[in-house]
Amino acid sequence: MTALILPWLPLGSIQGAIEFIFEAQPSNVTGGKLVGGLDQTLELALTQLEVTVFALALSLLLALPAGLYLGHKGVGELLAVGLGNAGRAIPELALIAFMAAVIGVGTVNLTIALAVLGIPPILTNAFVGIRQVDRAPVEAARGIGMTEREILFKVEVPLAIPTLMAGIRLATIAIVATATIAPLAGVLTLGDYIINENVYGENGVVAGAIVVALMALALELGLAALQRRLTSKGLKLSPA
Amino acid sequence: MASVTTLAAVGEVGKGFIHERTSETLPCQSTGKLFCFDWAKENIGRYGTPALQHLELVGLAVLFGFTIAFTLAVLAHRRRWLRSPLLAATGVLYTIPSVAFFFLLLPLTGRGVDTAVIALTAFNLQVIYRNTIVGLSNVPSPVKEAAKGIGQTDRQILWRVELPLATREIIAGLRIATVSTVAIATLAVFAGGGGLGAPILQGGIDFKTNIIIAGGIAILMALAFDLILLTIQRLATPWERAAGG
Repeated sequence: MTALILPWLPLGSIQGAIEFIFEAQPSNVTGGKLVGGLDQTLELALTQLEVTVFALALSLLLALPAGLYLGHKGVGELLAVGLGNAGRAIPELALIAFMAAVIGVGTVNLTIALAVLGIPPILTNAFVGIRQVDRAPVEAARGIGMTEREILFKVEVPLAIPTLMAGIRLATIAIVATATIAPLAGVLTLGDYIINENVYGENGVVAGAIVVALMALALELGLAALQRRLTSKGLKLSPA
Repeated sequence: MASVTTLAAVGEVGKGFIHERTSETLPCQSTGKLFCFDWAKENIGRYGTPALQHLELVGLAVLFGFTIAFTLAVLAHRRRWLRSPLLAATGVLYTIPSVAFFFLLLPLTGRGVDTAVIALTAFNLQVIYRNTIVGLSNVPSPVKEAAKGIGQTDRQILWRVELPLATREIIAGLRIATVSTVAIATLAVFAGGGGLGAPILQGGIDFKTNIIIAGGIAILMALAFDLILLTIQRLATPWERAAGG
């Protein structure tokens, strides 16, 4: 088996990329100046994580209360669901370029541009999640005298956690993926390794791709674990 | 050879990309206007090739994605133990950002349309797979029992009962996958795959008219695909119109 796979796998370039992540190497164009290595990789990765977290926080702040409110009231379906559908059609590269052109480059502007990608799935899933909650427990809660706020946060939100979290996970994947092209908007993320091949070489490009992929998978796994913790035991027992 | 020039442009991207362009200076580029209608009218033809490339990328990726995901879903519908592992596997492929995927493939497939199509296909699988599984599971068992009762084989039940009843859900997945792929395919230019991302990258962020036209074509293309698939779904499921009123 290994004899079949090994010659086909380009182990050399993967090994070169992994070395690039940990150890700085001379570049072709910077006059022998060292590029890559653990320090630069960590710095770029931290920047990417930072803009991802900020953009996600901004989308949550704007979209989650709106989605929960509209879902609870049962109004604005066209807006909440339509926005989610329209959001998928936003071309990432055009969005980043357009926002950089209109509002400018830099971390704050990039965060706003990335939040545009996070808002639709969070809003739609919050709305749909709350709307899909079984009416019987909601009526029961109202019957025992819960206020509307209590109904929303103690009954509807816990029951809607799987759908709510699915929206947040979609938003996170879209944001962290698009943060890779942030160097176009003047913010150096891991995409710098990928986009500037003449500086970092092929090892740098593959290294950037590896770290970006690992970061996205780690975020997704983290959110999946969070979702399992937030989901009430009763929901886990019922067949999914 | 086109990919080589594109990548030369990609290579320039950095700090200089924002402030100065060494390539041909276009009259509308640095005026600061949001949209130059005159320039757009004269130069709209420039977007023909990128738009066709984009169409090719999306068409191939969705075609391959649908073929693979549909086959896997039908397989997992029969063999239930396959469901979770396949869901996890397609989930991993969905989660890896396309730009990273392009360059993870670099040592294997190099640059070009192939690499872009493979990454976009991988991105597609999850939504189509999941919707097909959900559609097939939602078919009411009395209907399947009735089919078995009149002597249909498993194969006949699948093709004549289950799949037709799951059509709505399957096409819903296909619509989501297609629209997302049209959007993501703007990134294919990084893999040397061309498409509507190419004029955006070449024009730089000072050239707003160019960004709006290329981005606008991508959005219209997504909308057109969505409407076509919606129409197909309506035509393929006439009973839903009759029942739903």
